[in-house]
Amino acid sequence: MSGYRLDHGGDIDRDRPIRFRWEGRHYTGFVGDTLASALLASGVRMVGRSFKYHRPRGLIAAGLDEPNFIVQLGRGARTTPNLKAPYVELYEGLDAAPVNAWPSLRLDLLAVNELFKRFIPAAFYYKSFMWPNWGLFEPLIRKAAGLGTAPALADPDHYAQTSAHIDTLIVGGGIAGLAAAHHAATSGQSVMLVTGGRHWGGRLAGTSDMVEGKPARIWIKDVLRTLGAMPNVTLMTRTIATGHFDHGMVSLCERLTDHLPPTEGSGPRQRLWRVRAGELILATGAIERPLVFRGNDRPGVMLAGAARAYLHRHGVVAGEDVVVATTNDSAWYAAFDLAEAGAQIVGIVDVRAAPSPALIERAQRLGIALYLGMAPAEALGRRAVRAVRIGRISHSGRIEGATRTLRCDLLLMAGGWSPAVHLHSQAGGRLHFDRRLNGFVPEPAGGYRCIGGAAGDFARYSTLAAARGQTAEQRHGPIHATLWSISQNGAPDAQAWVDFQNDVTAGDIALAARENFRSVEHLKRYTTLGMASDQGKTSNVNGIGILGDLLGKPIEAIGTTKFRPPYDPTPFGVFAGHRVGDGLRPRRHLARHDWHVARGAALDEYGGWMRPAAYPQTGESEADAVHREVLAVRSGVGIFEASPLGKIEVKGPDAAAFLDRMYVNRISTLKPGRCRYAIMLGENGTVFDDGVVTRLADDHFLVGTTSGHAAAVTEAFREWLRCEWTTMRVLVEDVTACWAVANIAGPKARALFRALPTDIDASGDAFPHMTARIGHIGGAPARVARVSFTGELSYEIAVPWRRAGDLWDALVTAGAAHALTPFGVEALMTMRIEKGFLHVGADTDGTTLPQDIGFGEIMRKKTDDFVGRRSAHRPDGLRPDRRSLVGLETTDGNAAPLTIGAHILPAGTGQPRPSDGWVTSSAWSPTLGVPLALAMVERGQARMGETVPIWDLGNWREARITDLCRYDREGTRLDG
Amino acid sequence: MLLIPCPWCGPRAENEYRCGGESPIVRPADPTATDDDAWADYLFYRDNAKGLSFERWHHQWGCGVWFNVARDTVSHQILAVYGITDPRPLLESGA
Repeated sequence: MSGYRLDHGGDIDRDRPIRFRWEGRHYTGFVGDTLASALLASGVRMVGRSFKYHRPRGLIAAGLDEPNFIVQLGRGARTTPNLKAPYVELYEGLDAAPVNAWPSLRLDLLAVNELFKRFIPAAFYYKSFMWPNWGLFEPLIRKAAGLGTAPALADPDHYAQTSAHIDTLIVGGGIAGLAAAHHAATSGQSVMLVTGGRHWGGRLAGTSDMVEGKPARIWIKDVLRTLGAMPNVTLMTRTIATGHFDHGMVSLCERLTDHLPPTEGSGPRQRLWRVRAGELILATGAIERPLVFRGNDRPGVMLAGAARAYLHRHGVVAGEDVVVATTNDSAWYAAFDLAEAGAQIVGIVDVRAAPSPALIERAQRLGIALYLGMAPAEALGRRAVRAVRIGRISHSGRIEGATRTLRCDLLLMAGGWSPAVHLHSQAGGRLHFDRRLNGFVPEPAGGYRCIGGAAGDFARYSTLAAARGQTAEQRHGPIHATLWSISQNGAPDAQAWVDFQNDVTAGDIALAARENFRSVEHLKRYTTLGMASDQGKTSNVNGIGILGDLLGKPIEAIGTTKFRPPYDPTPFGVFAGHRVGDGLRPRRHLARHDWHVARGAALDEYGGWMRPAAYPQTGESEADAVHREVLAVRSGVGIFEASPLGKIEVKGPDAAAFLDRMYVNRISTLKPGRCRYAIMLGENGTVFDDGVVTRLADDHFLVGTTSGHAAAVTEAFREWLRCEWTTMRVLVEDVTACWAVANIAGPKARALFRALPTDIDASGDAFPHMTARIGHIGGAPARVARVSFTGELSYEIAVPWRRAGDLWDALVTAGAAHALTPFGVEALMTMRIEKGFLHVGADTDGTTLPQDIGFGEIMRKKTDDFVGRRSAHRPDGLRPDRRSLVGLETTDGNAAPLTIGAHILPAGTGQPRPSDGWVTSSAWSPTLGVPLALAMVERGQARMGETVPIWDLGNWREARITDLCRYDREGTRLDG
Repeated sequence: MLLIPCPWCGPRAENEYRCGGESPIVRPADPTATDDDAWADYLFYRDNAKGLSFERWHHQWGCGVWFNVARDTVSHQILAVYGITDPRPLLESGA
């Protein structure tokens, strides 16, 4: 038994008990408790095992600075690792466990590490496990020295994101923040005031400290009532400002349901706010520093300010027999409050020989023994502190002369206050060391203000003045003695902890300094000081101070490490927001999605579009379906939805000249109503896109792009027009999603088309290959082009997206007489491989130049410049041994298609040798009854007929290099 | 996150924009008459200045305008916003 609950006081509801589990055991707390306060009130002292040595650890803090009491909350998919218990609000059924003990806190088998402590100092792992390599040992070491466990299942919760633009954002709900909010709101500004926990009032919550003539708890309540009634004020609890970014953006993480049992929460679990405010005020307070002395990590050694917070917020007295050890005034008030609450204050140990007479007088009135000019030499005890040895302290931090022992079950330590400058530092703000405070304080920066403890101002009068935009001389309460560590013999003590979370001692810092890790950033990496989830909130300044002492340098010459967001670990889910699963990239559906599904389409994602890969019938495999569909198109007629094909309208007096500059092919010679296949390059000469360009009128073109590439081509067109050829009169508009497209292909396509209710004449030679017609089908406007990617007679019919149903109905009705067969992307790809048609992105990559895919001659004939032309003629583009696109026909009698990516090797024996190229497209050809492939092969066009070995997933195959086109070389089938 | 003043839309968050790199980059008037070194200079080489930089930005998820921004890459201050064909303003680094 140590900590206990008072029958009065604190912001808890004693009529509403909450049952919860810690380490599998049942406990009871109250509404208003946190996991930390409830266990403290239950007398639990050991709450964790340390990171490296598995030493018993207790609760030391009351906020996010807590380094020891770190828990794994919940089980299964909702388990959350590494939460700080002072921020875990109790709810019925809460189930928490320590993160670094196995099998349990009392019997932690890895505590044997501590027996070997003198052999595993800072950087021990790096030094000892170098041979044969660190990677071999790392998994085992990480298991022993770990924090919590990430959930193995998908997160069942969802997260929201939102933005806010307001006049004033104030971070921190202490009296500084409350006063600043009140001041800004009274002048009519919109105000957002956020605080990380559930309480308002910061360190003064629940206290009777006087603020402007009232007890703090009354002052806080009054201000909150006023603010709550103002429509221009948004008050947000459970909201941590996680980051402060360029140009004043602040990110907030608001916990919406974490304080509720998982079954009761509805809506998002947490919400990310991106806030931009006209004025930003950082009132984030300060963090208390531990004293660094031997055994300062024993359970029962606690920060004085934390004990005070638990008393006033939760009605918990943290121990019965209390010793207070301090360098400053603030801990005296903790002693007074605890004494008045009934605790036995064994003594106040102050390193200062002469604290203020007012403090001494009040202590004497309360009957508290004083030990001035003294400091703790060592905390005694094993699983919990049972006594403290104290002695006289020299200016250099050394215990001198005889020591005496004071029995206690709670040892409060107070090493001074570090302004919480994280948000200031994240935004690039500079710090300077304030010798009166012994702390780093922010230098004024543009765009925001720090006030109160965050600015190093610990006086109520000047803090409230600053909150109201006035200036007042700071009259500091706590003036700190300089004392970075306490030692027995003058050297930093290897049993005196600086960073509790990472198990770094004063001795480790001395070791690092001895080994010349003297920059504060190197010190951090070498010893792990200030790493992990608390980023040195309690330890950084002590560590820097000790290093300064060791190097004989003033602390300002050492400097600080840079703070980076987030202030506290934030779930990935809150950053992802809705961009998870299907929300990451919305799937686009075809105009006739339902029709395809009703016909049994096997859907697959192609460039963000869900498209039928094939339409397998009952008992048919997908490969069988592809074969059937190919043969149906080759012998009859098939229907394919080609709506995702990119469609860009390019219009204006300079449209033709512009497209001449964008395409390898000449576009300006195209006559209205005619189509031309063209390829487009990037300015670096590589193939960017291809498609069919149709001239609708002299000044009006419809540019086709590959599916899923229309937006990128549109952006490229616009960038050239807006940034380079700024005087060209051309408009560019992506109309891809305005037009639904049906492709009907096969020898019976003309008969089918002519059976449609259309005013477009497709009889005889009226509508030849590579021409386009504008007309109507069933009353809907239609653009029809005679272009073919299958090699068969083909009509590409575009109608307004909402008329797609009418078009399909008409085609299906007319198609009944022709056994119209739906075909999918795989059949289309198989047919284009039979024809040897290029597929940009499959057959080309980021190095492919036009001359590699047979466009060398076209480039040569075009006299004027176009994008990419010059780059395609750099020395590398002129090499005679470049790879070029060819066909491959297997000659090994194996019916299996080659694997895409299989390598073509030079003929020879099995010696390692460079690859000549690789397979880019491959399919079984149902039409020819053989496997076919396309490949990029070194000097491929000059090697027609050559037989080459192919290394295909561990097997040798053999193939002959052929022309690209293996079906209907004369193109007679294009006209049916 | 930068707050960039779009000439049409006013101040907007950086993630509405795409940075198009250094500006202006002058495309050689006669590419075929440009030697390999000069062409490589146009294509690949950029000042990548520490401090005052001139860039073109595209309000891609906004009004679509391309414009120029003079920006200090150390302090992140935006020093000027000007039209795509306007000359670089005379500025001192804001760092």
